[in-house]
Amino acid sequence: MYSKKVIQHFQKPHNQGQIKNADAVGRVGNPACGDIMKIYLKIKDKTIKDVKFETMGCAAAIAVSSVLTDLVKNKTLVEALKVDNDKIVKELGGLPEQKIHCSMLAVKALKKAVDNYQK
Amino acid sequence: MSIKNKSIYLDHSATTPVDKGVLKAMLPYFSDNFGNPSSVHSFGQEAMMGVDIAREKVAEFLDCLVSEIVFTSGATEADNLAIFGVIKALKRKNPNDKFHIITSSIEHPAALELFKVLQVQGIEVTFLPVKSNGIIDVEDFKQAIKDNTVFVSIMYVNSEVGSIQPIHEVGKWIQKINKLKLKKWQEADPKVRGDKPLIIYFHTDATQAVNFLNCSTKHLHVDLLSLSSHKIYGPKGVGALFVKTGTPLDAIQLGGHHENNRRSGTLNVSGIVGMGEAIKLLDKKTIEKNNKKIAKLRQLLITGIIKNIPDAILNTDLNQSVPSHAHFSFLGAEGEAILISLDLAGIAVSTGSACASNSLQASSTLLAMGISEEVAHSSIRFTLGKNTTLIEIKKVIEILPKIIKRLRQIAPKL
Repeated sequence: MYSKKVIQHFQKPHNQGQIKNADAVGRVGNPACGDIMKIYLKIKDKTIKDVKFETMGCAAAIAVSSVLTDLVKNKTLVEALKVDNDKIVKELGGLPEQKIHCSMLAVKALKKAVDNYQK
Repeated sequence: MSIKNKSIYLDHSATTPVDKGVLKAMLPYFSDNFGNPSSVHSFGQEAMMGVDIAREKVAEFLDCLVSEIVFTSGATEADNLAIFGVIKALKRKNPNDKFHIITSSIEHPAALELFKVLQVQGIEVTFLPVKSNGIIDVEDFKQAIKDNTVFVSIMYVNSEVGSIQPIHEVGKWIQKINKLKLKKWQEADPKVRGDKPLIIYFHTDATQAVNFLNCSTKHLHVDLLSLSSHKIYGPKGVGALFVKTGTPLDAIQLGGHHENNRRSGTLNVSGIVGMGEAIKLLDKKTIEKNNKKIAKLRQLLITGIIKNIPDAILNTDLNQSVPSHAHFSFLGAEGEAILISLDLAGIAVSTGSACASNSLQASSTLLAMGISEEVAHSSIRFTLGKNTTLIEIKKVIEILPKIIKRLRQIAPKL
């Protein structure tokens, strides 16, 4: 059902945890739908210097969160916002059809964090 | 040896391994006794003999006549034949009548979806609520009966939480209502009383009950009862429907005259032989022995989980459930993530009905029990079987707390 890459990220997620004094935080989802994702950003010179995530969700949601943080770390905000669902799914070696929506959650969480920062 | 043999299987509600003795009984019916039981020659008759013996065993278990057993491809087909078959026959005989059906809100999709189809066709359907333990209230049922109620379908045991439904009580009540109806009609003036009134037919899906409970159709007072072979250590792809003599039933699958015109299609001989053998193993003594053993292991599992995992919620009512089920919610960890983690550790469980696993919706059974979506999404179903061991249960108790702890740590605090 899941690719090796998904399982790897699920079992040993990268950049998992919180950032104290984060410059921006984005939180999406709600417990009722089963998935919640929270993303923390440390931003300097319009670049994501550090990123961490916390996710409650299925294996795919956790793997997606992990891979997103890898993809946006040390990227400028403009570049980071270009990371889309397709890129995440590709990076994970594919996702089962019914789990594609999990990748949207991560993208939304990042966008929300950047929006909050720019406000 | 496959590595699966080292794995721990706690998903017996999804399916069970075929018993070795059952497999042995089936094998001659593939290449040696391969005849079509509809054939008149000796090859056919040999195969028919296997089917006949299996039919006797199923009939004996269900406490009914052999002519009342219809073999199907499984419980889903049996449910389809029972529900659509009876309604089709009633409609044909009473084209101008408006029908009312009663079912519960926690039925398997094999029944629930059919009632939704009938609703669209204009038939009124009442979906009974359940109490917080996943059991219907008999009083609610009595209240729901109308003059034009013709069909009632309530599952014997819920597949997700294992709750036992009061089938005997419901059946007895229906019998009483039917008798009263007929008596009233018989006593009325023949000139004005009209046609004989329609009575209520009662169907139960007993798929999850067969391993553990009394399935005598006389005791339960049912007119139709569905069951499946692969839940009772028999092969997949075979099941049966009990149809009480006199119950109106039109075939759904046409094209032959098999099963006394009730179900067309060449009989799955080896499967039927396997089902007969599997049900033969379920004598009263064995059931009692298995129930006792499984209940004891379940108690150990539950005690171990509650002791070692904070905020574990048990959704199965231990006093009114089959002994196999232990349904838990672990708030702060998502069900599928728990399932995958356990699977990676060699332990197979389910997040609810396997049929629902492709949908992202919270289980309708849990929601009907008043469990919030949030809690429902955090749930895991363990279903123990007759071969489950103490060592396996101990391993689960050792591994699961670490998994829940890790997933809760990854999750944002609320």
